[in-house]
Amino acid sequence: MSEQQSNKPVVTRLVLTVIGMFAFGFLMVPLYDVMCDALGINGKTSGTAYRQDVEHIDESRTLRVQFVATRAQGMAWDFNPDAEQLSLHPGETREMLFYAHNPTDRPMVAQAIPSVSPAKAAAFFHKTECFCFTQQVLQPGESVEMPVRFIVDPALPTDVKHLTLAYTLFDVSERMPDKLANASAQAH
Amino acid sequence: MSAVIDTHHHDHAHGPAKGLMRWVLTTNHKDIGSMYLWFSFAMFLLGGSMAMVIRAELFQPGLQLVQPEYFNQMTTTHGLIMVFGAVMPAFVGLANWMIPLMIGAPDMALPRMNNFSFWLLPMAFGLLVSTLFMEGGGPNFGWTFYAPLSTTYAPPSVTFFIFAIHLAGISSIMGAINIIATILNLRAPGMTLMKMPLFVWTWLITAFLLIAVMPVLAGVVTMMLMDIHFGTSFFNAAGGGDPVMFQHIFWFFGHPEVYIMILPAFGAVSQIIPAFSRKPLFGYTSMVYATAAIAFLSFIVWAHHMFTVGIPITGELFFMYATMLIAVPTGVKVFNWVSTMFRGALTFEAPMLFAVAFVILFTIGGFSGLMLAIAPADFQYHDTYFVVAHFHYVLVPGAIFGIFASAYYWLPKWTGHMYDETLAKTHFWMSFIGMNLAFFPMHFVGLAGMPRRIPDYNVMFANFNMISSVGAFMFGVTQLLFLFIVIKCIKGGTKAAANPWEGAEGLEWTVPSPAPYHTFTTPPEVK
Repeated sequence: MSEQQSNKPVVTRLVLTVIGMFAFGFLMVPLYDVMCDALGINGKTSGTAYRQDVEHIDESRTLRVQFVATRAQGMAWDFNPDAEQLSLHPGETREMLFYAHNPTDRPMVAQAIPSVSPAKAAAFFHKTECFCFTQQVLQPGESVEMPVRFIVDPALPTDVKHLTLAYTLFDVSERMPDKLANASAQAH
Repeated sequence: MSAVIDTHHHDHAHGPAKGLMRWVLTTNHKDIGSMYLWFSFAMFLLGGSMAMVIRAELFQPGLQLVQPEYFNQMTTTHGLIMVFGAVMPAFVGLANWMIPLMIGAPDMALPRMNNFSFWLLPMAFGLLVSTLFMEGGGPNFGWTFYAPLSTTYAPPSVTFFIFAIHLAGISSIMGAINIIATILNLRAPGMTLMKMPLFVWTWLITAFLLIAVMPVLAGVVTMMLMDIHFGTSFFNAAGGGDPVMFQHIFWFFGHPEVYIMILPAFGAVSQIIPAFSRKPLFGYTSMVYATAAIAFLSFIVWAHHMFTVGIPITGELFFMYATMLIAVPTGVKVFNWVSTMFRGALTFEAPMLFAVAFVILFTIGGFSGLMLAIAPADFQYHDTYFVVAHFHYVLVPGAIFGIFASAYYWLPKWTGHMYDETLAKTHFWMSFIGMNLAFFPMHFVGLAGMPRRIPDYNVMFANFNMISSVGAFMFGVTQLLFLFIVIKCIKGGTKAAANPWEGAEGLEWTVPSPAPYHTFTTPPEVK
């Protein structure tokens, strides 16, 4: 029986390690977001509105911002930007309209996910207002123009002269049963 | 547990129980080891048949035998079965058989858990294989099961796949806990850590890798399960998740996993080469430290599998250099094996043939790995047949030749008979030629741009693919010869002495052949 006793501490420690590593796997999820936020990698932009305190426009630089609208696989909506690109100075507040149309015969809820490239510019791309902060609900055949207002931070590295703001539009009707129910109620 | 430990109180040792229930209820490390080995061989043949389907389809350009949907299921399940069903259980089987014999222990430290961890495996793989017959087919997203391909766009059977991975993972974790407890607690008096045979050392380190990363794999498939069924968005961009994060978590498991599959083979080869060189292993201490160094580095190189997903340049550089650093401890090992052979009295029986082929061919696989580690070049190689050639060169003549070498080396101890040397040498040469014919041309088609996991290809790749297929068929058929050799060896043959190899050292050769059902009930003295 002495073997059985001597096994206990080592087995306990190993089982704890296993549980710890299982938890670590899940800890990697917030860790990943924190890393992406802190380092501005992965093209992720902030999910909340930016508040600008003092306006400072750097007129010595001109940047080109390009807009891309993509529909996720299975998404039936029409979705495109008002213009393909615009030129601006860092620090300037500009607006772009995106057009969406629901051609189906049922109400749908959509969510747009933004991404900025080059990835290192993502941390300098501030949105003061964006349709991506909330979901869009469209009735059958309904259309909408959705604004995004943004500022490119003058602290943007000088080697970046061209940015792309890309939106992917996802159908989230199934994930948002409450919104969908409200929308259906309005339709009738 | 006490049944095993108490035996030395009786005058006679218990033999195995009679009938089928012996195998269901056994807690004997040799029985369980044999079951692991037979199970992994069955999985090897099953996964191999899937490879035959793949190579038959790729024999000519165009679609002949199977549809792309089925082809994808074949590549996926071939990978999953070979990794989790064939290579890993084979090494656990070898560990079960040999570690107690090598360290002078009466059995594994936790015999009942040992039984349970084996019997989980048939359940896991029964579940996995059953998905192939379900509506919508089995897993078709590649053995790396990248989300959202394996979540949003997966066939309905993916839930069964997830549970199969959970079961196989639990089995591996329990096996690893058992191995660590055995090695740390049951060594014979005098067997200090630095006197342990290298196979035991490499397995100790492998077991720690398993403990560290199998729970992460369990975690990532659990996240998939939650995304699919409970509306979470770990990997769903629409809900704020990130598909790239899947790759980070997966490869945090996946890279140590590739060392889990090769380190025990390093250990086995480090037993075999000295035995047939009739010299002690060159650089024992450096072998131990090199293994530990490889295990440590395996945790900080995962992103070299995902250079093309768009990671910052500093990240690319870090993972590139860290990956290349692994060549240093691996080089130490190759140097030590060659130095062990240098001026040795070499003979080339089947175990030695496989071990020498291991050293040469694994090194080739290591070199193509170094090429893939170069981040800028990887953009060209990524997801081509060059990658397929690379990992088959480290897994087939690496892990699998290591298993064959171990099987021939220890078969006399397991069965009490010598295997048929002529047939074994035939098995070696057919495997060696077949495997090189199958995988070497893949380097060329890969560099020329042939993508992996595609059932059809450009006609310009036709000749090399035909050669690959012929080699693969040859390698596949040859493994039936191995089955025949093993059965023949069990049924009879020249009686094997306690130590049938002139130069073999170690406690396992001090017990009679075949090893009695209970060994080392009184621990041996190690000087």
